Amino acid sequence: MLPPDEPTAAIACTVNGQAIRTQVPLRRSLVDWLRHDVGLTGSHVGCEHGVCGACHVRVDGLVVRGCLMLAVQADGAAIETIEGAADALTLALQQAFFEKAALQCGFCTPGMILQAAELLAANPAPSRAEVREALSGNYCRCTGYQPIVDAVMAVGAALHAK
Amino acid sequence: MTHIGQPLPRAATARLVAGRGSYLDDVSARGEVHAAFLRSPYPHAGFRITGTEAARALPGVVAVLTEADLAAVCQPWQTKTGSAPGMVSPPQRALAKDEACYQGEPIAMVLALSRAVAEDAAELVEVEWQELPAITNLAAALEADAPPAHQGLTSNLAWSTELKGGDIEAAFAAAALVVEDRLTFTRSTGVTLEPRGVLAQYNPASQALEVRISHQMPHQLQRHLADLLGVPLGRVRVICPDVGGGFGLKMHVYPDEIATCAAARLLGRPVRFVADRAEALLSDIHAREHIVEARMAVDAEGRILGFDVQDVQGLGAYSIFPRSSTTEGVSALRSLGAPYRFSAYRGRLRSVLQNKVPTGQYRSVGHPVGIAVAERLVDLAAAARGEDPLEFRRRNLVAQAEMPWVNPLGARMAELSHQQCLAKLEALLDLPTLRTEIAAMRAAGRCIGLGFASIVEFTATGPEGYGRAGVLVAAVDTVVLSLEPSGEVTARASISEIGQGTTQGLAQVVSDALGVAPDQVLMGSGDTATTPHGGGAWASRGAAIGGEAAWGAGRKLRAEVLAAAAALLQCAPETLDVRDGRITDASGPRMTLAELAETVTFRGYELPAGVQPQLTVAHHYRREQDTALTTNGFQASLVEIDAETGIITPLRHWAVGDCGRLLNPLLVEGQVRGGVVQGIGEALFEACRYDETGQFLSGTLADYLLPMAGEMPDITVAHVETPYSGSVLGAKGAGEAGTAGAPAAILNAVNDALAPHGASVSELPVTPGVVLRALGRLA
Repeated sequence: MLPPDEPTAAIACTVNGQAIRTQVPLRRSLVDWLRHDVGLTGSHVGCEHGVCGACHVRVDGLVVRGCLMLAVQADGAAIETIEGAADALTLALQQAFFEKAALQCGFCTPGMILQAAELLAANPAPSRAEVREALSGNYCRCTGYQPIVDAVMAVGAALHAK
Repeated sequence: MTHIGQPLPRAATARLVAGRGSYLDDVSARGEVHAAFLRSPYPHAGFRITGTEAARALPGVVAVLTEADLAAVCQPWQTKTGSAPGMVSPPQRALAKDEACYQGEPIAMVLALSRAVAEDAAELVEVEWQELPAITNLAAALEADAPPAHQGLTSNLAWSTELKGGDIEAAFAAAALVVEDRLTFTRSTGVTLEPRGVLAQYNPASQALEVRISHQMPHQLQRHLADLLGVPLGRVRVICPDVGGGFGLKMHVYPDEIATCAAARLLGRPVRFVADRAEALLSDIHAREHIVEARMAVDAEGRILGFDVQDVQGLGAYSIFPRSSTTEGVSALRSLGAPYRFSAYRGRLRSVLQNKVPTGQYRSVGHPVGIAVAERLVDLAAAARGEDPLEFRRRNLVAQAEMPWVNPLGARMAELSHQQCLAKLEALLDLPTLRTEIAAMRAAGRCIGLGFASIVEFTATGPEGYGRAGVLVAAVDTVVLSLEPSGEVTARASISEIGQGTTQGLAQVVSDALGVAPDQVLMGSGDTATTPHGGGAWASRGAAIGGEAAWGAGRKLRAEVLAAAAALLQCAPETLDVRDGRITDASGPRMTLAELAETVTFRGYELPAGVQPQLTVAHHYRREQDTALTTNGFQASLVEIDAETGIITPLRHWAVGDCGRLLNPLLVEGQVRGGVVQGIGEALFEACRYDETGQFLSGTLADYLLPMAGEMPDITVAHVETPYSGSVLGAKGAGEAGTAGAPAAILNAVNDALAPHGASVSELPVTPGVVLRALGRLA
């Protein structure tokens, strides 16, 4: 529910392919809007200041921090969240994360997977060091990162084998 | 047994990788209002709230509450424990009354239609502040002229104790070598990636409170909510959904969470509070602020004679409720030197109140401190004797033939495998080759160090730990199993899941105990309405305690299934078995569990007279011996220091551990690696810093540094399995050993690297500044 005099603006965008036209509070972040208004809770809010990467979503094909972008800035954009990400890389990463126990609490995982998919799309055969570097904007407090690197390397190796 | 010990992926993570988890903030309640807190900007101040009208008048605000409002429905609480008799910790309230004793202490709350408006309104609450002298510096807090952390206190010493055994004076008098150091530990915190949060609803008609909360132990909190809010326990339901990290941080009673529940009761509508990162860093428990002065006596043959230790521990403004922050200090003293044979010990602990965030139990409680101190002394002794640090350790480790070993502190250790772990570590390291490589790197001008740590951890605390102290913490657990008409088994465990994978391990145990595939066991936990009272997630207890309950329940259900099947098949139960969901005899499968359960559930008339199959069974497990289960291990760390910048890079890390029977090695290794990295963070980066005036300086993740993927090494993990002989499964605790030993291994590696430069460090975290000061390159 919006407070009576909360300033809002109209936006139109697509979220996971679905066209949406709505009013959003000017100060609401993209990730808060996706989570609380659209109802897509797969992107998480870990720090709200652009450090942890739990809020990653795709905007016009690029991975962005959902907490550093306002919902009003998404006017006209095509937004994709982990729930709608059905590309082969994302699916392969989800499977690899599952098999290699590359998550424990899972709070960082959607953001981590989107970031890893973007890496593999640009560099299908990264070194371990390149994977570690590319994921250094995504904090994981549980795994120590190694199984995450293993999972990304496994998907990279499978890509390379094709 | 076919599934226990298998590295099966954790079933629940299929949801989480798809973004289909259900964390606290993923669910809302109709009509909910959002809470924001006005927190003290001062470390110590008297205050009077002089006006709330402006805040109330802001459009969208529903209520502004102060201590006076909450007092009608919420009692204060005070930490008392038989483990720390005479401890001074003043009463604490959901909202502070008249005096704020740490920066971040909540003094008022605003409820509004959005969190943003609630925060706006919190800034409009009018407060008259009277700043009071604050004490934050640990070393200064016990000085005679130190200001009291709470008005009216005559001293900041909350509690002190001395743990001793053997003749300490004689040990030091007889010593051929005495090594000593003073180590300082800056406080750090858990930083669960999901901040704390709670959604509370009170139904005035049924007088029932329902609380969804990101928490580790629903039953403990249920009890405290019932007591503090005056609601009968049976009418308090606590639900812990998917929890985005716990690490001990989410097991305490926090004022803002209690205030949220009290506000829900006052308003009769749902209230949500989710901490943002800044207030999480300023209100989650901190941990491990210590100054330790320690000496170790060694005889002419290089045998440890004794330890003499003085530990000053920072508590913050209160000793945390309900378990008491002093537990950390006692645990630090108990873990210090525990792997070794020695005959005398004197450990003095002073636990000190400060105008800082309260400290509390955080992963591997106290162990990282005690182990770092002992392992530093051991390295100093080896160096003084001119011998290899592993040789010194090997000589002093308690041998298997000497166990059970009770050391001079009275700490009992049994079934440890120090020698096997050390042998395994040496094999993994390929030490001669590694030493050659290190020599070559040093010859090339690189500053390289190798450090070791030997570890004993006290895990899976039994009923004696908190029970004797009069603290209402359950150390027992129950698993309830139901055979569904589909042949699936629903399991409800009082153990809780916070990402460690305990429920996967329990599913594998039930699977083997009963004779079904693990994916046919559907685990439920974290809800007081559906699970019996139990301990939840703390002290690495899921496998060792929850596993026994799961095994017992599985065997009970198996007996019921066999008896019912035998009645239907007109044979003796002893001739039947349950395998992969089928009831079999010598001839092969006779019926499936689904067929049996369908018959019992829908066609009960087919059963012979007097046969009443119990397809729902419960098993409660209470360990009757061993206050804690000891585990052991070794870690090694290879680091490189950039002598120009002071930056330390961990190059490689090794961990060998013995946590008894491994229920699932994939998940245990995840615990070890994650724990090691948390320990590396504590050793190199993480610090809750305050300036001289008590202002908190670490309120963002740009200030509070966490380990990132790019700077962490790969970690080689290996196991020795010595099953605990006192239980069926033989599992011990696995979740905290990585964190216990990593800081010590890193500290020793850094000092090994600095030694050729004539430098050493004695504080954690070892930041670049600490290194450069040690090297004389920074004043």
